Amino acid sequence: MTPSSSIASPGAAPAHDEHHDHHPSYLVDGTTIKSWLLTVDHKRIGLMFLFWVLLFFLVGGIFALLIRVELLTPGPTIMDAMTYNRTFTLHGLVMIFLFMIPAIPAVFGNFMLPLMLGAKDVAFPRLNLLSLYIYLGGAMLALWGMLNGGLDTGWTFYTPYSTHTTTTVAPVLFGAFIIGFSSIVTGINFIVTTHTMRAPGITWFKMPLFVWAIYATSCIQVLATPVIGLLLVLVTVENLFSFGMFDPARGGDPVLFQHLFWFYSHPAVYIMVLPAFGVMSEVVAAFSRKNIFGYRAVAYSSLGIAFVGFFAWGHHMFVSGQSTFVGGLFGVLTMLVGVFTAIKVFNWVGTVYKGAVDFKTPFAYFCGFLFFTVFGGMTGIALGTVSLDVPWHDTYFVVAHFHFIMVGATIMAFLAALHYWFPKMFGRMYHEGWALVSAALIILGFNATFIPQFLVGNNGMPRRYYEYPERFQALNVASTAGASLLAFGFVIIACYLTYALVYGRAAGKNPWRSKGYEWLTESPPPTHNFVGPQPTYPEEPHFYVDPKKAEVPDAV
Amino acid sequence: MSELLNNILFLPEAASTFAERVDLLHHFVVGTTMVMSAGVGLAALFMFFRYRRRLPAQATEYVVPTLKTEFLFVSVPLVFFLAWFGIGFRDFTWVTTPPKDAMDVYVMGKQWMWKFAYPEGPNGVNVLHVPANRPVRLLITSRDVLHSFYVPAFRIKMDALPGRYTQIWFEATKPGTYQVLCTEYCGLSHSKMLAEVVVLPEEEFDVWMKEQRRGRLQDRQDALADTSLVPPVARMVEQGQVLAGTQGCLKCHSVDGSQHIGPTFLGLYDRVEKLDDGQDIRVDEAYITQSMMDPGAHLVAGYQNVMPTYQGKLQGPETAAIVEYIKSLRTANVREGASEGPAYDAIQ
Ligand code: HEM
Ligand SMILES: [Cu+2]
Repeated sequence: MTPSSSIASPGAAPAHDEHHDHHPSYLVDGTTIKSWLLTVDHKRIGLMFLFWVLLFFLVGGIFALLIRVELLTPGPTIMDAMTYNRTFTLHGLVMIFLFMIPAIPAVFGNFMLPLMLGAKDVAFPRLNLLSLYIYLGGAMLALWGMLNGGLDTGWTFYTPYSTHTTTTVAPVLFGAFIIGFSSIVTGINFIVTTHTMRAPGITWFKMPLFVWAIYATSCIQVLATPVIGLLLVLVTVENLFSFGMFDPARGGDPVLFQHLFWFYSHPAVYIMVLPAFGVMSEVVAAFSRKNIFGYRAVAYSSLGIAFVGFFAWGHHMFVSGQSTFVGGLFGVLTMLVGVFTAIKVFNWVGTVYKGAVDFKTPFAYFCGFLFFTVFGGMTGIALGTVSLDVPWHDTYFVVAHFHFIMVGATIMAFLAALHYWFPKMFGRMYHEGWALVSAALIILGFNATFIPQFLVGNNGMPRRYYEYPERFQALNVASTAGASLLAFGFVIIACYLTYALVYGRAAGKNPWRSKGYEWLTESPPPTHNFVGPQPTYPEEPHFYVDPKKAEVPDAV
Repeated sequence: MSELLNNILFLPEAASTFAERVDLLHHFVVGTTMVMSAGVGLAALFMFFRYRRRLPAQATEYVVPTLKTEFLFVSVPLVFFLAWFGIGFRDFTWVTTPPKDAMDVYVMGKQWMWKFAYPEGPNGVNVLHVPANRPVRLLITSRDVLHSFYVPAFRIKMDALPGRYTQIWFEATKPGTYQVLCTEYCGLSHSKMLAEVVVLPEEEFDVWMKEQRRGRLQDRQDALADTSLVPPVARMVEQGQVLAGTQGCLKCHSVDGSQHIGPTFLGLYDRVEKLDDGQDIRVDEAYITQSMMDPGAHLVAGYQNVMPTYQGKLQGPETAAIVEYIKSLRTANVREGASEGPAYDAIQ
């Protein structure tokens, strides 16, 4: 933390030169465009993902603001109905498929997983690069389709609307299909890496919890993504060749579509939120200088969520005409997800107990995260309470709920990860004061945006409404005001992080004095992650115990 | 108390028996959620303060939960969640199981309007009249894409699916006018697919229903007088009867109780049929509709799977008409008295 002697451009072989002047950091090891575009270094691939993911977040965010401005008044405000319908579709699709799903695994998973496992790279570096290009290819195709012709089905593509609409569905579906492969490839890569590339000393139960989370996420990705791939193909075929799969006019079943869709998309929620949980386990341990309270419970609960996450999809369909009994079954299974999440929450809070809390920016995001997870999770349980879901289904209550749990929690984790690992990735520090201010703004703005949406949903406002009855206006105005606060917070972050990239103070190897494994190497790390002998891993990660007082931690 | 909570939570007026149940559970759930969130939040806040870092490299104790702690972490939330679920599921079962004496109304969603039809009464667009304090069952279908029928004040919602009927019921408790919204995205004017439910005191409803019939009768006679107009087949049951003939149902199904290629329609509704696979099934609207759309799904014992599907051949309202026709055939001549007036036009 103290500005050390090593104030130099990141990685340009500063201070302790005797060690690594021939081991430049991955950032400067090759500076041609080609050396980036064709790199097989997981860290460079992670950074490129970061660039694209942030760009798509910006696109999705702009569309979010357009939605909010449109909803400022009950009638038309800035656009016509068709444009609005395309706008929320674009917002949803971009945010889900291009931002949320890849965000943490593809950026921080890629960057940190090998570092945390003491490995030189992921198991299949070339495949890793391929997954980036598959993702970009699919993204471009989908975006092209959305801008040329424009799609208005919502990101859920429900049939028979999606097979009847005159807007162009096929390229977008195909784009999403392609992006799915990127997801699968990344998932396989992480699973194999975790199984085969752990450094000596890192047993399964000494893996950092972020690795556990990414591992569980990858399992879901590999198992669930093919289902949506299949579904998208079926819809395309139905569209192009008039198959009667989902369209009742041709003898199909529209509810079948919903089953297949949610069989993927419900676990997809955990693809978004499990990595977030993983990040937070790292952050809370690092900033309260404590071993994770109930490490095994947290690790197992990731697997538990991944598992029961597959059996809860029917809670999206309580009023779709499915049988009452089936509704009940899905309701109970939904409760189980809640219990696994509760285990994590309690153990995070337990981690702070008897810790040494340093209230830095990532920890501020942890606080926001705790709130969004508890509140978002509880509203999820409320939605799983079948009779309550009857009035809430497809209203703004649901919009608020999923923004709290998947967007809120994921964004908090994404920002926490960005701030926690920024020194590791770029070797520089950002301005703590501005960072705390923007964290406060974002957390406040987020609440101000979505708490009114819970209430307007209670009041009965359905989602995907371009116009609405007068009585919903006050809450909508509040929500829009909150959204501008939120957007302002992001602008500040963009400013000081860009500034820090160029002018930030050198971070040094481990500015947080964290005992996470990834901090055992230089910041930024050299191309093959470690210089000299590989670090050893005698202790579990985040073992902050005073050696003099240490009782041997063989417990749990 | 509950009035106050409803205001804080922005809940609309509660105007059905189901709404009262939903709100009670809602308060319970929100209450415990708030207490639990506050508990977690305050504990965290307390600890951030109590355990703030004093030295940059401070060491900490190695603390791990005991088995008992972990057990508490799991069981306390689980007990609450299951309790909510239990109550919620009981209420859900209740609202998806209409009482036998419920009055039926057919609801059809169509881009972008709601159509209502009473087996015995008028039809209408975007205005549904119902009596207070009498159970009403909605049989919901769609003409085109998915819609969802939502009345916030009654706290009920049910999807409208093309080619299929779904049902839900309610009992309105207060006369008044309540908004109906569509909550399944259905295209351009999804947000304008509004309608209203007018709840009338019981006697007024009966008067209204009579009025409607008389009015319609007058219309029809005017129409008959005007020879340039071919009068539409007026009553749902009549229309169903005609359709059953033109669609060929009656080639295989008798209406006088005699067995033919298929089972007779007489007394079919509400009968318990023995199926091929040994199970029993009670004939209701859903079963009749399914038998038209997917005849092989539940084959009645003793018959062959020869019936063609009517999927795509019959429109929602036509299906409804045939269902009504079959329902009318409870005994050989139950509908004798019902010819007193054409009630309404066929819903299109
Ligand atoms: C400034 C922040 C945001 C605002 C104000 C906002 C606003 C909205 C609104 C108003 C809707 C509802 C549209 C409708 O149903 O008519 C919506 C839908 C949605 N939002 Fe956001 N959003 C924001 C951020 C995000 C983020 C960060 C994500 C994901 C990372 C996201 C994901 C979604 C999704 C998936 C939907 C559903 C789209 C659909 O209904 O098809 N939103 N958002
Ligand atoms: Cu609609």
